[in-house]
Amino acid sequence: MKPIDRTEVQNAIDSFAGQDVYLHLETTNGAYATHVDEAFFSAGAYIRNAFIQYEHGKIVGDGPYRIGLKLNIGWVYAEGVNHFEIDEHGRLLLAGLDFTGKLAVSMQISSTPFE
Amino acid sequence: MEKERHVLVIFPHPDDEAFSVSGTLALHREAGTPVTYLCLTLGEMGRNLGNPPFATRESLPKIRKKELIDAANAIGIQDLRMLGLRDKTIEFEDDEKLTSLFTDAINELNPSLIITFYPGYSVHPDHEATARAVVRAVERIEEKERPKLHCVAFSNNCIDDLGQPDIVHDISAVENKKVDTFTAHRSQTEAMVVDWKEKFENQDADFLDWIRKERLWTYKF
Repeated sequence: MKPIDRTEVQNAIDSFAGQDVYLHLETTNGAYATHVDEAFFSAGAYIRNAFIQYEHGKIVGDGPYRIGLKLNIGWVYAEGVNHFEIDEHGRLLLAGLDFTGKLAVSMQISSTPFE
Repeated sequence: MEKERHVLVIFPHPDDEAFSVSGTLALHREAGTPVTYLCLTLGEMGRNLGNPPFATRESLPKIRKKELIDAANAIGIQDLRMLGLRDKTIEFEDDEKLTSLFTDAINELNPSLIITFYPGYSVHPDHEATARAVVRAVERIEEKERPKLHCVAFSNNCIDDLGQPDIVHDISAVENKKVDTFTAHRSQTEAMVVDWKEKFENQDADFLDWIRKERLWTYKF
């Protein structure tokens, strides 16, 4: 993964618009957050292989970025995104890595199911 | 350390073994005892991807699978089994399915010792769910036939509740293998092992105690 190039990411988002895609979306503060700091409220969410179609999507901000996908009947949204890769299967992998490099948010779009 | 017939180790994540019992397992292997390691997932949801990142969410499991094999080789484990479940989902699996996975392994291997986490005192939901299922599987064995069950605990309240660990293994004799095991899990431990060489050279007492003493609790049914 490399730091976000907005144009490259916007082009990739556009290329998946209007077709059936599989979505991976995840936020996490790690399973040990409350163990390390008992005052920390641990929360996260995860969906893998949601089967969706979006009308259009946008990357917005100056970095870290926000990315939103508008669906016929709803929305998908992620914030804190700062790295990306288009992998060998043509999947768009987006991630937000914190100041120590740990993954905090992940949003991925693929035209085939994630394994 | 007592000589065992067969040691069965059950953990959910590649690297759980490194932190908890890599030295203990290396000692068992050096004594000629067969060790079977059931590793439930490939740590697919790990947050460490390298810094700068050399892995992605999707490449991480492939990298961690290789790391796990290297770690098992460093310990000398001759029977590593990857069960193909998914990180952070263990507690949502069918409880009976998990229990029977472990019952089947116990029936096949007839271990004299099983090592896993201590339910209630192992912090990560996957650790807890794995530990509960192992306890269920062992509980179903008639008391006089039961293998010993040694558990890893590290929650903040574990000493308050469980008391001091009743098993402490000095693994100094195989500490190089333990270091190699940690190093094998590069994607997860890279940042951590950076200053180990210095700590060994400086004879850092806290560090040496941490790496040389492996602490376990006998499970109380």
